[in-house]
Amino acid sequence: MARSPAVSRPFSRRQVLKGGAALGLGSAAALGLSPAWANPWGRSARSTTYSYESEEGPNVSLSIRRESLPVAGQEARPITINGTSPGPLIRLKEGQDAVLRVTNLLEESTSIHWHGMILPPGMDGVPGISFAGIAPGETFTYRFPVQQNGTYWYHSHSGLQEQLGHAGPLIIDAAEPEPFRYDREHVLLLTDWTFENPASVFRNLKTMEGFYNFQERTVADFFADVRDKGFSQTAEMRSMWSKMRMSSRDIADVTGSTYSYLLNGHSPEENWNALFKTGERVRLRVINGSAMSYFDVRIPGLKMTVVAADGQPVQPVPVDEFRIGVAETYDVLVSPEDDQAYTIFAESMDRSGYARATLAPREGMQAEIPKRRQIADRGMEGMAAGAMGGMKGMDHSGMSRDDMEGMDHSNMSGGDMEGMDHGSGDGMAKEKAKMRENGMLVAGEAQSGSRYGEAGIGIDPDERRVLVYRDLKAFTPWPDRRGPGRELELHLTGNMERYMWSFDGKKFSEVNGPIHFEKDERLRLILINDTMMEHPIHLHGMWMELENGQGELIPRKHTLNVKPGERVSALITADAEGSWAFHCHLLYHMEAGMFRVVQVS
Amino acid sequence: MKIKLYLVGVSAAFIFASLAKADDGYDAPDGWPSPIVEHNQGTAQFDRLEYSIPENGKDAMVWDFQGWYGSDVNRMYVKSEGENIQGDGEDAEFESLELLYSRLIADFWELQGGVGYQGGVFSDDHEERTYGVVGLQGVMPYEIETDVALQVSDEGDVSASFEGEYDFRLTQRLYVQPRTEIAVAANEAKEFGVGEGLNSVRAGLRIGYEVTRRFAPYVGAYWEKEYGETADLTRANGDRTEGTGVVAGARLIF
Repeated sequence: MARSPAVSRPFSRRQVLKGGAALGLGSAAALGLSPAWANPWGRSARSTTYSYESEEGPNVSLSIRRESLPVAGQEARPITINGTSPGPLIRLKEGQDAVLRVTNLLEESTSIHWHGMILPPGMDGVPGISFAGIAPGETFTYRFPVQQNGTYWYHSHSGLQEQLGHAGPLIIDAAEPEPFRYDREHVLLLTDWTFENPASVFRNLKTMEGFYNFQERTVADFFADVRDKGFSQTAEMRSMWSKMRMSSRDIADVTGSTYSYLLNGHSPEENWNALFKTGERVRLRVINGSAMSYFDVRIPGLKMTVVAADGQPVQPVPVDEFRIGVAETYDVLVSPEDDQAYTIFAESMDRSGYARATLAPREGMQAEIPKRRQIADRGMEGMAAGAMGGMKGMDHSGMSRDDMEGMDHSNMSGGDMEGMDHGSGDGMAKEKAKMRENGMLVAGEAQSGSRYGEAGIGIDPDERRVLVYRDLKAFTPWPDRRGPGRELELHLTGNMERYMWSFDGKKFSEVNGPIHFEKDERLRLILINDTMMEHPIHLHGMWMELENGQGELIPRKHTLNVKPGERVSALITADAEGSWAFHCHLLYHMEAGMFRVVQVS
Repeated sequence: MKIKLYLVGVSAAFIFASLAKADDGYDAPDGWPSPIVEHNQGTAQFDRLEYSIPENGKDAMVWDFQGWYGSDVNRMYVKSEGENIQGDGEDAEFESLELLYSRLIADFWELQGGVGYQGGVFSDDHEERTYGVVGLQGVMPYEIETDVALQVSDEGDVSASFEGEYDFRLTQRLYVQPRTEIAVAANEAKEFGVGEGLNSVRAGLRIGYEVTRRFAPYVGAYWEKEYGETADLTRANGDRTEGTGVVAGARLIF
């Protein structure tokens, strides 16, 4: 069997009994050099020992190398961790004191950042902020108390290494029973692999706009639109985009034209299998470990119940599909009743490709692969962001009556009010009730300009039930019940033509000093997206409680997806003294300057 | 030449300044790297590298090249246009060879300035002159790629040029590219066949196929016409002032 050294441990008797028939089919060879945790039987929740390979805490040793391994059936040179790429599943337990020894066998400096973990600043793994990085040949020992549980991941925070497969899942078992039950679990790690050198990808983005976009509008699209919408509307729309010198098809900077979308390290053709026994309730821990790709995940034929977001439990939401931004994680439960195969389908947001696996009762099965949708054209919301740059990104044109609730009009000038549909006066009174005396919105209320009721570009909400941010509701209020003492507003900005990305119009190289949080203050972070792209914004070291209108039960996240033209807010308790990274988690946006340091003191 | 050296010096200083700029001033110990390191980028391309067959006159090999290196804001450009007329026994000629410092002044616009040379590539087969140039390069609303420039020669002759092109997508790889060049001059420069006023207008249409983003062979046609004193000078030489031609070539990006 062609398996990597890390998988060489013989199977336990339990494993052989469980997976015996399947493995006997010889299809295990198809597993190739997959990460060890990508075992098709996953992990049975009832077993006392792990039924499959993982690096179990509290003491874990990891070696980082660059080596030749096949990816998507082709020769490649990814960065491996303990011999696999993506890296091994690391399993810790809440309450442990984790000791993770990371040895760098690369020829360059490296690092591991534990994404979503609350830990001491020196253990956060960001070179230049948390520590100096891990020099070639050196071993760095991360030590931190594990104070949380759920689905997380880890990845390099050095240069563009993450694009080379330097990432893996980090699962933390709960000390107390979780608010949901399940019989078996599978980790589904989504990544985007390219055979190009990541530095070349970055250069292509920097020097040629739309380099990877092979779904641009053409003459044929124009005539199709004329047929559907009439000439004048089509001409007007096209002329507006053209005038702005932007592409309405700019959904993803890097696309399936260079990416192979992988699920647990496997291409769609390799079809990784996740097995279940009929009648079991299966927990899927879905992690978007991509460098640049948002995915829309669904399993045709199965309802998925979302039970956790970014590792934190949420009240169950039954959905048919969910969008997962880069670096986000969602845990969903599925209950396959029939003795049949189901396709796990993760379509990239720009529809240029997909990752796929099969959830089946036996190995080697497959189900129909859904047809990919057409790429969408960005509409008014992106337009508003582009055209109104400095106008606080307020676009109310597409808002429904629902969105009007909890709107903050206190800071608006007369000009902003024009063209707004205020609905009934009743609504205004209701909004007033949500203002605090200091003019700030009551904690937990949604900002005006937020679109928490929308999943985003390319999703037809009438087609199926798709998860939206507004659905996310915590079980109990988070410990800090204080309202925000102040508001901090940051604009997400960029110049697509030059591939410059920034906060408040300044790249990391141009800012003077960090963003300061007063130690132990409670503040509201308002993010306003002035660009026409989605940005997954990640704060290290502290949770962001997303003010999605759920009042006391707002969810907390480590990564917030901010849609074009959108204005979102989160409450933060600045209890983590030290310096922390704060950035867009699109790898090349971060590299281009969309990065800040947050200093808590 | 002095101007040239000065410009090189100034632009080099800009590039190094942009490299050495201080990072976010959080308190990191000495010796720690910056979490985000910006690198200079560069690219070079033949927007047109083509064989041109005019309906009258001799065939020519024509190039339109530009390359840059630098940061997001400060860059150095090398630009050149020229031709080698086939079978005239003369060496290739730089219509322009320019070294420019370029600075991003708006989202879509770069202000550029530097020095240029017109004349033979390897020999003195052609009249030579050097000039200073100031220009604006960028994308106009409606996505028209634009390059306007004002030249002042070592003889004090003042001229200006405008180039515009637009890529119109037929399919993801097949494109039609209309382009135009307009040249005007404030005073006459007989030895270069330049008269006062509007000199010439050239309009072309190319159909290309992007085999890759970096290699797109194309075919096309152009029409050109000279005006006013420039046309008079040409007529005096016994040449035609209006003509059409066909081209075949490739767009190459490195």
